[in-house]
Amino acid sequence: MISGAEIVIRCLQEEKVDCVFGYPGGSVLHIYDALFKQDEVKHVLVRHEQAAVHAADAYSRSSQRVGVALVTSGPGVTNTVTGIATAYMDSIPMVVLCGQVPTQYIGQDAFQECDTVGITRPCVKHNFLVKDVKDLAVTIKKAFHIASTGRPGPVVVDIPKDITAQLCEFDYPKTIQMRSYNPVVKGHLGQIKKAVQLLQEAKRPIIYTGGGVILSDAAQKLTELAHKLNFPVTNTLMGLGGYPATDRQFVGMLGMHGTFEANNAMHYADVILAVGARFDDRVIGNPEHFGSEKRRVIHIDIDPSSISKRVKVDVPIVGNVADVLDELLKLMDAGFKTDPEVADWWRQIDEWRGRDSLRYKQAEHIMPQYVIEKLYEVTGGDAFVTSDVGQHQMFAAQYYKFDKPRRWINSGGLGTMGVGLPYGMGVLMANPEAQVACVTGEGSIQMCIQELSTCKQYGLPIKIINLNNGMLGMVRQWQEMFYSKRYSQSYVTSLPDFVKLAESYGHVGMRIEKPEDVEPALRKAFTEHKNDLVFMDFIIDPGANVFPMVAAGKGLTEMILAEDL
Amino acid sequence: MRHIISILIENESGALSRVAGLFSARGYNIESLTVAPTEDPSLSRMTILTWGSDEVLEQITKQLNKLVDVVKVVDLSEAAHVERELMLIKVRATGKDREEMKRMADIFRGRIIDVTESTYVIELTGASSKLDSFIAALDAGLILETVRTGVCGIGRGDRILKV
Repeated sequence: MISGAEIVIRCLQEEKVDCVFGYPGGSVLHIYDALFKQDEVKHVLVRHEQAAVHAADAYSRSSQRVGVALVTSGPGVTNTVTGIATAYMDSIPMVVLCGQVPTQYIGQDAFQECDTVGITRPCVKHNFLVKDVKDLAVTIKKAFHIASTGRPGPVVVDIPKDITAQLCEFDYPKTIQMRSYNPVVKGHLGQIKKAVQLLQEAKRPIIYTGGGVILSDAAQKLTELAHKLNFPVTNTLMGLGGYPATDRQFVGMLGMHGTFEANNAMHYADVILAVGARFDDRVIGNPEHFGSEKRRVIHIDIDPSSISKRVKVDVPIVGNVADVLDELLKLMDAGFKTDPEVADWWRQIDEWRGRDSLRYKQAEHIMPQYVIEKLYEVTGGDAFVTSDVGQHQMFAAQYYKFDKPRRWINSGGLGTMGVGLPYGMGVLMANPEAQVACVTGEGSIQMCIQELSTCKQYGLPIKIINLNNGMLGMVRQWQEMFYSKRYSQSYVTSLPDFVKLAESYGHVGMRIEKPEDVEPALRKAFTEHKNDLVFMDFIIDPGANVFPMVAAGKGLTEMILAEDL
Repeated sequence: MRHIISILIENESGALSRVAGLFSARGYNIESLTVAPTEDPSLSRMTILTWGSDEVLEQITKQLNKLVDVVKVVDLSEAAHVERELMLIKVRATGKDREEMKRMADIFRGRIIDVTESTYVIELTGASSKLDSFIAALDAGLILETVRTGVCGIGRGDRILKV
């Protein structure tokens, strides 16, 4: 017989979890004691529980393993909510273990008590309150199973302190069967055949792919399929890296800040092959405008509720993206032939490409786009790039050409500022040898800046690319364009001296103010300071805006281009 | 369109809040909701009366199916089914109204299940529209209190919702 706390740790070992991110407190003391007595499962002590969950989330995004966070009851749990919701919106498999007050105190407003199951319910794939130590192991098994299968997502396990003290036999189930949970994996063959037919009829096709390709590890199959079809490919923000950005068939990201060619190709396509993407509001713009073109849509997604939610779908295929693409490729072998008119479509796309919608003017100040281009060059296009949320995120998405999946780590769905630095920690714990750049701004970075301390403790050499314009750039851009330049609360005063701040934590700080210093500084950071965290404070053009832009409520083709202004 | 959704769900604490939370979070309507364990005590059966377009109903059933505790979901109103609702209604029954109330209860095949000098409690079962008609047929001033269970329903013949 072993204690509930030891059972928790044994479960993590059985799941081959090598690292958890967490913060101790009263109700998890037994678990931390069990953690202390072993060394298979490492623990990263963060400085705020929100960062623990973000780091676990990025650990998962960058490795396809389930990220794990461990926090105490009450405020420990409430601090995780932003991180859990972030992972939920982007379908990231994660298990969050939370301490709870002892069973007999639940509901009595005990010290550090909160209704964990109630608070997290709307932003988890599922959650559990363990009521009996005999259920503990099987509940944790279920949590890992649910988090990582079907459409992945975060699962919370709430464990009262008395349960972690009670003794029980440890028996970890090898597999789990749940009558209420059986996600579909294989696509319907008849539907896949219909898709093959439709792909042959397409004259103006587009392959539109999202995060599902990355979650399903289907990037290679997608590339094979796209090459076989010779159709243009566009990625959503979450889908970047799912198809090589340097490939000739790639037309760039689409949506609110998508390229001219991607948005036009998406809008005017007669057949859309949507793969692991969900036609969200930032992608299709105004749904009525998008619906004004006649087209047929094939939609591959593991989640039936994503299909025909915002756009009517003609050929729905519910299944795991990798499995469905496999079937699709098999069926395409016998006499498959695409329409010759696709060549005309390519001519049209090349004409749109000729607008060069990502062109920008160099200025006296450093342009943020230029920093990302240099970052791409200096890292050989092979870095893991984490980002926060705002203009810098869009610049990174537009100008860093991701050729591999799981290299672009950002909060797409929830749009959570502050994720960048803890994301970098999670990436490095999962990929210790990786080059990691955290592209951020002076607004976002301050939302989790306390993690500079964690990075020092564990020697995590993140390169922080702070695109500092002294403004909440994206807010300022909207205020400039849609609120007659009334810059309400978008100006950040009293910024710290980031160089000194980094140095005070024992890191390297750099301040870069001239365009000609950008590349040398980056080179220095990634070579000489390879093993240091380097905080690079780039003082950028405060007026730089993100283009193209589809304003809220506008159609996908009604883009504002930099040249229009 | 009016729809009756029947759900088999694991009989665990919090199951009801998962369903109710889903409806409120996604802006779906709940007209009525009833829930109780089935003959298999590990399962609860929930019946939800809702309104929505075909697209909304498609989303409701898909989203319900996505809940990990939900075992099965059926839109009962898609095919032949029977539905019932139970109402208890307390009315003033004095003077000439006392005889009138008894007569109305008889006409609607209701039963008087509690009697005092001045009040009756009438039990009435039927389709929701029948309960509405009964309320409409009474003098509103005589109604002291009503309580309704919400709709429950079951498929006709071979239509069976079971694990």
